[in-house]
Amino acid sequence: MKPLLEIKNIETYYDLIYAIRGASLAIEEGSITAVLGNNGAGKSTILKTTMGLIEDQPDKGTIEFKGQRIDGKDTEEIVRLGISYVPEGREVFEELTVRENLLMGAYTQPNRRQINTAFERVYHHFPLLKDRENQWAGTLSGGEQQMLAIGRALMSRPELLLLDEPSLGLSPLLVKEIFDIIKMIHAEGVTILLVEQNARMALSIANVGLIVENGRFVMKGPAKDLMGDKDVQEFYMGVRSEASVKGYQRWKRKKRWR
Amino acid sequence: MLDFLQMIVSGIAVGSSYALMGLAMVIIYKTSEVVNFAQGEMALLSSFLTYMVLEYHGFSIYVAIPCALLFAILLGCFLEFAVLRRAKEPNVLGLIIITIGLEMILMGFVSWKFGADHKTMPFPISPYDSVAIGEVFISSLEILNLIVAVAIMLFFFIFFRYSKLGLAMKATQQNLVAARLMGIRTNRILMITWGVSSLVGCMAGLLLSPVIMHPYMMWDPMLKGFAAAVLGGMTSLPGAVFGAYILGIIENLFGGYVSIEFKSIVAFVIIVLVLCFKPSGLFARHYVKKV
Repeated sequence: MKPLLEIKNIETYYDLIYAIRGASLAIEEGSITAVLGNNGAGKSTILKTTMGLIEDQPDKGTIEFKGQRIDGKDTEEIVRLGISYVPEGREVFEELTVRENLLMGAYTQPNRRQINTAFERVYHHFPLLKDRENQWAGTLSGGEQQMLAIGRALMSRPELLLLDEPSLGLSPLLVKEIFDIIKMIHAEGVTILLVEQNARMALSIANVGLIVENGRFVMKGPAKDLMGDKDVQEFYMGVRSEASVKGYQRWKRKKRWR
Repeated sequence: MLDFLQMIVSGIAVGSSYALMGLAMVIIYKTSEVVNFAQGEMALLSSFLTYMVLEYHGFSIYVAIPCALLFAILLGCFLEFAVLRRAKEPNVLGLIIITIGLEMILMGFVSWKFGADHKTMPFPISPYDSVAIGEVFISSLEILNLIVAVAIMLFFFIFFRYSKLGLAMKATQQNLVAARLMGIRTNRILMITWGVSSLVGCMAGLLLSPVIMHPYMMWDPMLKGFAAAVLGGMTSLPGAVFGAYILGIIENLFGGYVSIEFKSIVAFVIIVLVLCFKPSGLFARHYVKKV
């Protein structure tokens, strides 16, 4: 079967910076894919390139959604095909109320009844938003804004949800809550692509994990295998393998994928 | 006392045309954060073309005015599409400079085509008939002006608060990238904004032209409208309208009791005072970003 989203060999430049150096990725329908990597590895850039947010990029390569080329299209049109993107750092409309924010999420939906069911669905996942309905989004706390951003992305009833660091700046408890909700959304039949720093959390809910380094995918595998991988544990989960008597690690583990 | 009342009423009357210009500027500012200095001259061109079809081609005024309003919308959309959208890597300052350039081009075109002499727009409602309310006089044109200004304000106030398009316009201003991620076609939104704003400006021009009509006629109302919009906080529609009335009244009272020569500087003194003491304007609610 053809994957839902297929990224083939894309290369992206920020002016002169060569950010993505040939990345390929296929996302099967109904999966949760976690993309992990260090700061500046290019995780977010892959998502932004997919959404057409970086002007005139990808420089090379193709992106296909449901068999249709989407590279080079305007963001607005890509969204209309059924992809939603929750940007890093939330980006809610600060001077619109929570309800108005959600309504903007449903901007592409012509059917009033479907918009109402979408409202119900979002309020079911995030009952907190219902209490804050008439408050300006800018006055919400960080966690509430993240919930609002995810809720807003769900309003257009996407088939594929791209999440860019949903755990950024949230307390561990809230991270757990957000990830539980992501799992619930997935159970409703939304395919999810997740970019995260919090590798342990992301792999715990994902089926497939990928690791990005220097603008390339260096490793791919079922999430369980990645969890058990020594390298991944060491470099992304902070698990120390052997240490000396004094507690120092005197040698550096070599990455096997380079 | 009678003088005082009369001055206030005239102030409100003058305020109406400032209010329309202020509204037009606020509508553009609300969606794109650009202060459109070409606002007055866009209205000027529409008014002069109306004058042209009325005087030279003998159209009825009831045909000419709807045509003028339609032309104003198209002009606004066209300028956005052809000039502002072409700006490469636009920043707000650059866009403002572009509007100043447009202002000069449009003004130059009107002076070249129609000459700099004074004209009178044939208008069914005369600026010289007046209605007496008690012992205070107000001309029927001024009443029309007032009604139009308040009606437009109410319309857009409701439009921005409750309609989907109005919300999309606000969303576009607040966060362009996020708006695009919602599937909002932001380019089209900006174009509509310019069209609508040009329409409102055109109404101000048409209502002004029976009294005064030459290529520089819109400059003063536009700057005063801008002052009123700043007074009201730049994003608030009622703010711009009330700012305009406050401005008109203060200006008139200043002219009556202090000095008629310095009447026109009042607006700018008010801008400076507002920017010093309450930079967000008197009426705007703004969410202050937490750092």
